[in-house]
Amino acid sequence: MIHATALARTFQTKRGKDRSEVKAVAGVDIDVAEGEIVGFLGPNGAGKTTTLRMLTTLLKPTSGSATVAGHDLLADPVAVRQSIGYVSQSGSTSSNAIAGEEIVSHGMLYGVSQKQATDRGQELFDQLDLDGMWLRKTKTLSGGQRRRLDIAMGLVHDPRLVFLDEPTTGLDPQARANLWMHISDLREKRGSTVFLTTHYLDEADALCDRILVIDCGVIVASDTPDALKRGVSGDLVSLVVNDVADAAAAANTLSRVAEGETSTDGLLVSARVRDGGKAMPDLLRALDASGVSLESIEVRRPTLDDVFLTMTGRSLRENA
Amino acid sequence: MTFFRDTSIVFRRQLRLSLREPAWVAIGLLQPVLYLVLFAPLLKPIAAQLGTTNAYTLFVPGLLVQLAIFGALFVGFGLIGEYRDGVIEAERVTPASRTALLLGRVLRDVLQVAVQGAILLGLGLLFGMTGSGFGIILGYVLALILTGAIAAAGYALALTVKTEDSLAAVANGVSLPLLLLSGILLPMTLAPQWLQTLSDVIPVKHIVQGIRDLFVGSVWTAGTLWAVIWTIVLVVAGIWIGTRTFRRQNA
Repeated sequence: MIHATALARTFQTKRGKDRSEVKAVAGVDIDVAEGEIVGFLGPNGAGKTTTLRMLTTLLKPTSGSATVAGHDLLADPVAVRQSIGYVSQSGSTSSNAIAGEEIVSHGMLYGVSQKQATDRGQELFDQLDLDGMWLRKTKTLSGGQRRRLDIAMGLVHDPRLVFLDEPTTGLDPQARANLWMHISDLREKRGSTVFLTTHYLDEADALCDRILVIDCGVIVASDTPDALKRGVSGDLVSLVVNDVADAAAAANTLSRVAEGETSTDGLLVSARVRDGGKAMPDLLRALDASGVSLESIEVRRPTLDDVFLTMTGRSLRENA
Repeated sequence: MTFFRDTSIVFRRQLRLSLREPAWVAIGLLQPVLYLVLFAPLLKPIAAQLGTTNAYTLFVPGLLVQLAIFGALFVGFGLIGEYRDGVIEAERVTPASRTALLLGRVLRDVLQVAVQGAILLGLGLLFGMTGSGFGIILGYVLALILTGAIAAAGYALALTVKTEDSLAAVANGVSLPLLLLSGILLPMTLAPQWLQTLSDVIPVKHIVQGIRDLFVGSVWTAGTLWAVIWTIVLVVAGIWIGTRTFRRQNA
């Protein structure tokens, strides 16, 4: 659905007499298959939005090439526009406009007839829980409703490929969870391919089949969320013992299954263990056999933040 | 064909948005009346000095051009609001022609000035303006095309500066010298030589002069021809620049 090769974008910046080039995107290869939900993860300024704007014909690549939804990005941008939906961060409707009128006008710009655009729009309002909002001014909608209206605008011409740029930024937790459901429905119910950018790890984790991690204009990883997490660090197993005297024995037992160092801090003993859930039964039996009395045990799956940290040496949150 | 369809979709959307603003409608309709009622009486006593017997025939063409310039120069404010709401980007990601996105908006502004201009002409005739019917219509059409040219340039400017503050500064900076040097309020023939020479380089001055000539019936003169040529040059340049900014890579 998307096939990009060495796509790059350089901006010229001018400060006084000094001209310098900033490589916003330094050449990315992206392959997205039909029906996939792919997340594009990275800190602010990593090149997410720039890449997205290139793929959606809003920004001309400095070099490289891409085929989007079966059409060449540079040779036939109009055909690309016709086949993709784009939901930008900054919205898509005038605040003084009537929601229903906006979606009909927008659909008609894709060559859809007024009646078809109205039918499609009403159907989308229905699917996206916007019933009763058709005649409302968009400025009277809540943040979550306006976001869903933006998504409806991006879907009105029934595109096979949908781009979402940070779809849940600025929404409250309920509205985010609700929007996630609607985004997974894009594939489940409509068979769309979805490409979304985010800097929320939980979002990429919850929604995506596959994640591309971008940092400083280069893609540093591409895999399923689970494989990324498994491949990099293993699960964090934390034991809390009842008696400080047991800590050494517990650490000794844990170190037999641990990936790296086992650390002990008073009653707390912890280490990274590959496939922590599977290792648990044996570990518990071994601890029992060596007479360690446990107060609690916790297995924490690595987050994408851990992944990002090990891959780039920086935390995602510092930049977010 | 899709080009005209796209233009009409954008035009109707813009018109709907405008008509929903009661202040826009009311002030738009009142403006020509105020100009005529509050300013024309000042000119009456000095009409003879200006070389005419009918102050309205002299004054109405100037007012028409003023409506065109001021109606169009400030249209960019609405566009900046739309830009901020993400509307421009949403439209740019559709297959619609970039010229259609511009022209639909420009036509809304032309329609606004067309209605205002019609009120102005009607009132002018009512108050005693005389002149050649054909010439008046031709002058009216020239003023509308000029509106299109300036509106297109106004949109290009708005999408380039992208903030209301800068747009206000530039639009005010342009409009004042334009107003004074193009002889809209008083004909430049009253001016000292150096000021006349300066005003000669302002295309709008020639258009105002041409429209004045048209109103009194001098249709087939070099002055009128220059007015027509300048109007066409400006509208082509305006649409070209405007389309470029709508197409531009990172607008």
